[in-house]
Amino acid sequence: MEVSPSARQGAPRARRPGKRLAWIGQGLLLLIAVAAVVLLVHDFIQNPSLFVQIIISGLQLGFVYALIALGYTMVYGIVKLINFAHGDVFMVGSFVSFYAVTRFQLHVWPAAVFHDMPHMWVVVIGSSSVVLLSMVVCAIMAVVIERAAYKPLRNAPRIAALITAIGVSFFLEFFGALSFVFSPRFIPYQRPFDVVTWYFSKGFHRLQPGQTMPDNSVTFSNIFLLIIGASILVQILLQFLVRNTKMGKAMRAASFDKPTARLMGINVDQVISFTFAVGAAFAGLGGVLYAIAYSSIWTQLGILPGLKAFVAAVLGGIGSIPGAFVGALIMGQAEALTMGYISTPMRDAVAFAILILVLLVRPTGIFGEPEGEKA
Amino acid sequence: MDINIGFLVVSILKIVAIMAWIYGVVRALGHPSKWVKLAGLVGGWGIVQIALSVPIGGSPALSDFDSGLLFQACAIAMVSLGLNLIYGFNGQFSLGQWGFYGIGAYTAADITYRWTNGDSKGLVVVGIGCTLGALMILGIQRFLGRYQGVPVLSAFTLYLIGSTAVGAFATAVGYWSNPILAPLLGSPDAPGVLTRGFPLQVVYLLAVLLAGAFAAEVSFLFGLPVLTLGSDYFGIATLGFTIVVNTLMINSDTILPFPEMKGGRGMIGIPKLTTWFWAFAFLMAIVVVMRNIIHSSTGRAIMSVREDETASKVMGIEIANYKLLSFVIGSFFAGVGGGVYAHFIGFLSPGTFDFLVGFNPLIIVVFGGLGSMTGTLAASFGWIFFLEGLLRVLLGQLGTEAPTWRFVLYPIALLLLMLLRPKGLLGSVEWGFLKTVVVPVRKHEPVKADSRSVDSGEKIGVDQSG
Repeated sequence: MEVSPSARQGAPRARRPGKRLAWIGQGLLLLIAVAAVVLLVHDFIQNPSLFVQIIISGLQLGFVYALIALGYTMVYGIVKLINFAHGDVFMVGSFVSFYAVTRFQLHVWPAAVFHDMPHMWVVVIGSSSVVLLSMVVCAIMAVVIERAAYKPLRNAPRIAALITAIGVSFFLEFFGALSFVFSPRFIPYQRPFDVVTWYFSKGFHRLQPGQTMPDNSVTFSNIFLLIIGASILVQILLQFLVRNTKMGKAMRAASFDKPTARLMGINVDQVISFTFAVGAAFAGLGGVLYAIAYSSIWTQLGILPGLKAFVAAVLGGIGSIPGAFVGALIMGQAEALTMGYISTPMRDAVAFAILILVLLVRPTGIFGEPEGEKA
Repeated sequence: MDINIGFLVVSILKIVAIMAWIYGVVRALGHPSKWVKLAGLVGGWGIVQIALSVPIGGSPALSDFDSGLLFQACAIAMVSLGLNLIYGFNGQFSLGQWGFYGIGAYTAADITYRWTNGDSKGLVVVGIGCTLGALMILGIQRFLGRYQGVPVLSAFTLYLIGSTAVGAFATAVGYWSNPILAPLLGSPDAPGVLTRGFPLQVVYLLAVLLAGAFAAEVSFLFGLPVLTLGSDYFGIATLGFTIVVNTLMINSDTILPFPEMKGGRGMIGIPKLTTWFWAFAFLMAIVVVMRNIIHSSTGRAIMSVREDETASKVMGIEIANYKLLSFVIGSFFAGVGGGVYAHFIGFLSPGTFDFLVGFNPLIIVVFGGLGSMTGTLAASFGWIFFLEGLLRVLLGQLGTEAPTWRFVLYPIALLLLMLLRPKGLLGSVEWGFLKTVVVPVRKHEPVKADSRSVDSGEKIGVDQSG
């Protein structure tokens, strides 16, 4: 039987303040930061155009993650639930657009209706209708999931809802993998419009088919511009929705205090459904853009982007919309730089290591408000 | 539609028989007489051993397929018991258990694989590393005990430096001692003294225990910083851990210096050393150890952290320590389970340790009931047989799509369970041996004020098990 120290020594000895050891941890952080900066500077000096190219691919990834992360952060802000199925809603979004394009030719419907419409307009209207369809389907699906699976568990322990979310996620993945639904194979994605690539080498040039790029040039495509444009537009829209509309006010009230919001005459259930719908619509948009950018889809497509988007939302401070955006950009860069300079398989490791480090230094994320009392 | 009714009935009968078997073993273990306990253990082992080995009408009562399921259920029961300690009893929602399972499996497999191929480095390095690592952790803990409120990051850095030093030293010793031990090991074609018979069984025992110890030390290093995060964040971080471990397994021959693990192709040639005796012995040891932990004051402290962190802090319980303790013990169990699993078919594939499969222990724990050891035991055996039974039933109908259908049906079962019975099938019911011990009031002593308070504490222990 071990004797407790106080019994052994008579009186408890005064313990020194642990803050004196804080320099050890700070030293580790400093070491990591210095190593990262030195590596990045070294890589940049060695091949600047490659570095910029990697940054561009990181931005592309980051802006897609931002679209998914918005849904996570909004839902978590209101119902405090990690909606695992969100990543699969993203996957469904890409599949809906795939079927809309390949089976129903939705991307060329304006040409079929208005025969003399210019090609440019056909592409723009057709592609946006594909995107809209995906967004609507995803929103409806998210509301159905919320009503069927999460709403009955609103007063159950939070973990019960989390396990339900995992169950819904599994269901979507494996139901989608059945041969009469989406089939379990990787499917090559047919883009609703053609890819145009530009390169920057002493001015911008358009890359012609069959042409090889000159050395030390940086390329980017219209997909990259589209993703950035859509993502920023969504961000502005969401800011407007949350800050300037009545529904946004209700959302903020419900995330702050649900019972009181109910007392104030807010239909909290409706607000929660609306939040799920908006988040899922953006995830659907993200799914279409992801599929367009990476041109291969399968039913487990949504798992890892979904997880990383959640990590991004946590990184930025969960519940904060600009935080999700910034966190997603950081995740995109971290992943692209790891893929470019360390090794492709380690990208997940780096993503989660960054999450853990940031949470250790700032437990509520970059933009999160410091928590007072734990609920 | 011709559903194989006969097979369905047999499957259900098998599950019922296994439940009765678990009940019998647990009841026998709970008997006050140690002879009955011993007889129960030997009987529990013997029944299955006889069914495995004695042929009845041409073939054994338990086919190879059934024994495979049984071993798998034993391994997953160990993992799930560990998870139940972390999540069910301590309330830390962890998805990292599968990663520790994988670490244990690969560690044990690497040790015995190298050993039977005339290379002692695996056993020596892991053995010395884990022993010195434990001493290092205790030493640094003693040192940090002199300070009040050390920042987690600083403590983590110290442990990290310590484990790097220990690892380097152990590797050096391993390389130095290898030529000395090599003649005793022989080669695969001509086994030496230590690579056959009884010494090999001892090495297997050590390998499995070291697999657990290694998983436990990794979980200590990982859990120390991560357990300070909130419950959801902890869940995501541990999920990340599982994903990272799986990535490292897939690239074990390129990123990690282990060419014998063969990366994503899967590790082959592991000696098949797991027998029913070992699987049963490890499972029973873990059941007894875990039951004794839970019914000790440590266990009550662990459960109080789950019930209310603030209140237990007020009672003088160091919640961070108890979270870490249960996380480390749970990972130890997972590592042992992995070690047992690795030596069963002699093949390890990284696909087994994918994080999607890693939700299985969580589902088992939830099905069985959070904070119920009986539930976890029953659910792990039932789950494996149910899944395989479902597969067999569906296989006739759906052919190659059957595994997918299985994964379509079981989320639905999970959803229904969560909606209808959120506490799990068995809730917090415990059988026989696993029930909370109620210390009888000693009649012959005069009841003092403080002894009565101890008794009432025990009764509170009974009430809070739910």
